[in-house]
Amino acid sequence: MLDALSYDFMQQALAASLLASIACGVIGTLVVVNRLVFLAGGVSHAAYGGVGLAFHYGWPVLPSAIGFSVASSMLMAGVALKRPEKSDAAIGVLWAAGMAFGIILIDLTPGYKADLMSFLFGSILAVPTTDLYLMAALDAVLLAVVALCHQTLLVTSFDREFAEARGLPVRTAHYLVVGMTAVGVVMLIRVVGLVLVMALLTIPPFIAARTARSLPSMMAAATAWSTVFCVGGLALAYRWDVTSGAAIIAVASAGFMAVSGAGALRRIMARKTA
Amino acid sequence: MHMPASAPGMPGAPHTPHEPVIAVRDLCFAYGGEPVLDHVDLTVERGEFLAVLGPNGGGKTTLLKLLLGLLTPRSGGVTLFGGAPRAALPRIGYVPQYSTARLDFPVTVLDVVLMGLAGTRRGLLGRHWSHDAASVDRAREALDQVGLSGMEKRMVGELSGGQRQRAVVARALMAQPELLLLDEPTASIDPQGSFCFFEFLGTLRGPHTLVVVSHDLSIATSTFSNVAFVNRTLVHSRGAGLTPDMLTMLYGHHEKTCPMGAFISSVSGLFPVLPKAEDLPPGTLAGGTPSDTTQTPAHGQSAPAASAATPHPGKDA
Repeated sequence: MLDALSYDFMQQALAASLLASIACGVIGTLVVVNRLVFLAGGVSHAAYGGVGLAFHYGWPVLPSAIGFSVASSMLMAGVALKRPEKSDAAIGVLWAAGMAFGIILIDLTPGYKADLMSFLFGSILAVPTTDLYLMAALDAVLLAVVALCHQTLLVTSFDREFAEARGLPVRTAHYLVVGMTAVGVVMLIRVVGLVLVMALLTIPPFIAARTARSLPSMMAAATAWSTVFCVGGLALAYRWDVTSGAAIIAVASAGFMAVSGAGALRRIMARKTA
Repeated sequence: MHMPASAPGMPGAPHTPHEPVIAVRDLCFAYGGEPVLDHVDLTVERGEFLAVLGPNGGGKTTLLKLLLGLLTPRSGGVTLFGGAPRAALPRIGYVPQYSTARLDFPVTVLDVVLMGLAGTRRGLLGRHWSHDAASVDRAREALDQVGLSGMEKRMVGELSGGQRQRAVVARALMAQPELLLLDEPTASIDPQGSFCFFEFLGTLRGPHTLVVVSHDLSIATSTFSNVAFVNRTLVHSRGAGLTPDMLTMLYGHHEKTCPMGAFISSVSGLFPVLPKAEDLPPGTLAGGTPSDTTQTPAHGQSAPAASAATPHPGKDA
């Protein structure tokens, strides 16, 4: 098993896992505490439109997908802010429209299309080194933004009305969280794929939230859990030759069920002894 | 209060003696076509403890949001401390409705209280606050004030509804506000709690001016200096009394045979009911009533709720 580590592609995959886990821990925490999971789903699927654009016009894929999802996420964030009662439907529309747009563009592009499957199901075993540097840079930007604005993010996430009454930039913070989600989602797509990005963005923060006592500690714990799931999933994928993205989510889901089950068991035991 | 005297915007800061804390003039507001607030006037002087009562949907919370500058009036004006509401935000402590905070949030009680310092310091990127030992000491004191000492390490989700409400009041006290605005603070008070919420609010009078918004008529027996009723329009009374007009505003007009009408008659007997507004000479709504005596600053020694709840002699309906 350990001989797997001697392969270049495995080292690249582990580096990609760690970089993606940092983004996942930070953004996933903000997504979960702000209840933006559905919006994250919409952004991740709409990103496919950016992938289609990149393929059709021969643009670099990662910047195109990031640009497209940031633009669509700002639309969703605007609706969520101004017409909260309509935001569910608006996310659903952009979710479907972005995907359809991407599929049509790819249909119109002649040539070999197998690489697209990696965007749906992940291609962590084939992340180019340039993408690793790009992900590292994005991680650094995310961490810097969160560190600089953490008080505003904390107060606006916890109690928006109070934050507004204290004169905090509530709207800017809302767009910031959604924008960071869009960027992070595209990064995670490279690791576990479009379909599975939601799970990695929600499961580690969910587990982390059970014991976390502050927002930063929840982010750190979510990053740690995410790294564990990625490494475990890669080991499974190597051992049984299954799709790496699916294997990572299988491990994460098993972890989720184990933690939830242990929690339920503890509650039952506590009730019996009480 | 035990706050350092040097902090900006604290109680006792230079302030024109006769300048009202809140001045609302001919205020109209509507979300869509129907007016929510219609030609509302309200003046709150320094040190007052005003209860704004009214039915749900009557415009109480809207009025609070207009006071905070979170909504813009359709016509008329709101002045706080003689200026625009947004400029006065650092001097206001706001206790929003309990439901606005997220209960499953990973945050300790101490950190919630420290959030009260948000917006007190302008940083490079937005507003920040310092997390130093002095702030933590002050947060502990604020928790002590609301009867939550020893709870600072608890997670906010572990508190009972009433304890959480008090933690949020402690948070509002952190910024040393001159004006405290509380939205439905009794919505989640523990019924058997030994901590008497309104008695506590009464002790804050003096350094603070307080405005409490509620749909709960029973709080009218508390230690307020004034009561206002809001239901699209506003009736303001100096002194903690209810006029039959106010009850009609709150519940509509009912015959005595109707259960609601019977309830209104019984409630009218519980409070020191004031004469009808039209029975008084114009401009005297604010004075000359027996309950006017409650206007003097109480500093926590005001008439206990029990005696305020006894029928006022000669005013029984």
